[in-house]
Amino acid sequence: MTNLYQKDVLHHAAAAHRAGRLDDPDGSVMLDNPLCGDRVTIDIKLSDGAISDIAHEAKACVLCQASASILCDKAIGADASTLENVQSQISAMLKQDAPVPQGKWEALSIFLPVADHKSRHACVLLPFEAAINALRTVD
Amino acid sequence: MSNSKVANSGKDATSAYNVEAVRAQFPIFEREIDGQPLHYLDNAATAQTPRAVLDAVAVHDSRHRANVMRSIHHLAEEATEAFEAARGQVAQFLNATSPTEIVFTSGTTGAINLVAHAFGGTLQPGDEVVISQVEHHSNIVPWQMVRDRIGITLRVLSASADGAVDLAALQAIVTPRTKLIAVTHGSNVSGAMTNVAPIVAAARAVGAKVLLDGAQRAPHGPIDVQALGVDFYGFSSHKTFGPNGVGVLWGRSEVLDALPPFMGGGEMIRTVTLDETIYAEPPHRFEAGTPPIAQAVGLGAALAWLCAQDLTGAARHEQRLTGRLIDGLDDIDNNRGLIRLIGPRELDNRLPVVSFAIEGLHPHDICQLLDGHGVALRGGHHCAQPLMDFFGLTGTTRASVALYNNDGDVDAFLNGLDDVIKLLKP
Ligand SMILES: Cc1ncc(COP(=O)(O)O)c(C=O)c1O
Repeated sequence: MTNLYQKDVLHHAAAAHRAGRLDDPDGSVMLDNPLCGDRVTIDIKLSDGAISDIAHEAKACVLCQASASILCDKAIGADASTLENVQSQISAMLKQDAPVPQGKWEALSIFLPVADHKSRHACVLLPFEAAINALRTVD
Repeated sequence: MSNSKVANSGKDATSAYNVEAVRAQFPIFEREIDGQPLHYLDNAATAQTPRAVLDAVAVHDSRHRANVMRSIHHLAEEATEAFEAARGQVAQFLNATSPTEIVFTSGTTGAINLVAHAFGGTLQPGDEVVISQVEHHSNIVPWQMVRDRIGITLRVLSASADGAVDLAALQAIVTPRTKLIAVTHGSNVSGAMTNVAPIVAAARAVGAKVLLDGAQRAPHGPIDVQALGVDFYGFSSHKTFGPNGVGVLWGRSEVLDALPPFMGGGEMIRTVTLDETIYAEPPHRFEAGTPPIAQAVGLGAALAWLCAQDLTGAARHEQRLTGRLIDGLDDIDNNRGLIRLIGPRELDNRLPVVSFAIEGLHPHDICQLLDGHGVALRGGHHCAQPLMDFFGLTGTTRASVALYNNDGDVDAFLNGLDDVIKLLKP
């Protein structure tokens, strides 16, 4: 059980990359997980359809905080289809034993132990859902 | 046979409360969670069920299964008799004046929605319903729906600092337009009990009715609705050691008699023509369709089982465990100001439901890690988001005790929590 809370996860949650809010964002979405009341806000700025700045606020569990931190750390330069692709890869990793995402998104492999805990999948996915929704609100 | 022995020894006023004898009647405690004993402290969400109830349901389904109040044959008559006997058992549990005051519903939520439709349908625009900030969503949302459908005004009693219904503003909030005050009998978050008498007095003064949500109170023994002086009372079987899928609405006879039905269908009619229907008398008027028959029989068995336990001893035992939980949180906190108790500190007149928040720690992380110690808790908003807003929290972690919990459960929880804090808050 504690393997859900390995050092890497705790480390990412504590790092909280790009925590806070952006001034004057191009897109901003707040999403709740109705199951537990976790709340994530993602602000983005865009240039040429790709993310040029991003910030997050997570009133959420460690898993969700770590996921938001990794997302914000890696998202610069990503567009909607990139994020959708990453989201479906983590979703498949959690739900269908699919391989971990490659390249810079490989950091998400720290969530592999979450696969056994269905009730926690949404914690990892919530920040990605918020970021994708934020991108969609822009165009 | 062993059941009656246990009940007898439990009832012996000179002996201490025998929690292990009670626990031994619950098959679930034979299982392990990842090789560890189960420490079930999520009783406020759903309680476990004793063998007597499992057997009663199995016997009903394997010997007496049939629809009720319809067919003329042996099984149908037995099923109807068992179903009505369960109604009688509930009436006795609540000290209702008659079994006809007992309506079987799907649960507390079903009971409140029934009142919101049937009683709510008699309200006029501008009429007022009073609820509180302490309520479970099931006693908020139905009234917001009545407000949006009919144009009534909802007025809200605030929460107090220890998570009880605050009566300070009662006189100002109850007006001549108040038609109903609908509040919890005891909070599923804080464990605080509601001071019902002033609410009933305020309601009577303006001719309003009172509904109590008894979901959390019912698992702790019989209730006297006549002494409470209220008009509606609801509770759920699954929190009261009975099966899922059934619950109870008690309504005072005069009040039920005057109400229109909620759902239409079989069972709730006297005569139907294509032009019109004459409705049945209560309670059947409010029980359209085939009810959850075996489940109601199981609920009857659960209440009979509960009332056969040493409930005075159980109350003392639960109170002691609640005290240990609160003191244990204090010890772990060790004056660091880390752990915030959400609920009363006094042990008298409180439910054994202990909620707390730890700065910077999410309830789901705490619950997940404690699950690794075999400890079942609940974390989150507990379907009481307005109360979370009041405390400025998104959620709490909650340990809730039932009469079968023992010191080992409390120890496992406190030791586990200590480990969690060391891991996440080094
Ligand atoms: C105080 C309170 N009211 C109402 C309910 C709803 O009960 P049910 O879901 O069984 O209808 C609950 C349980 O979740 C509760 O704790």
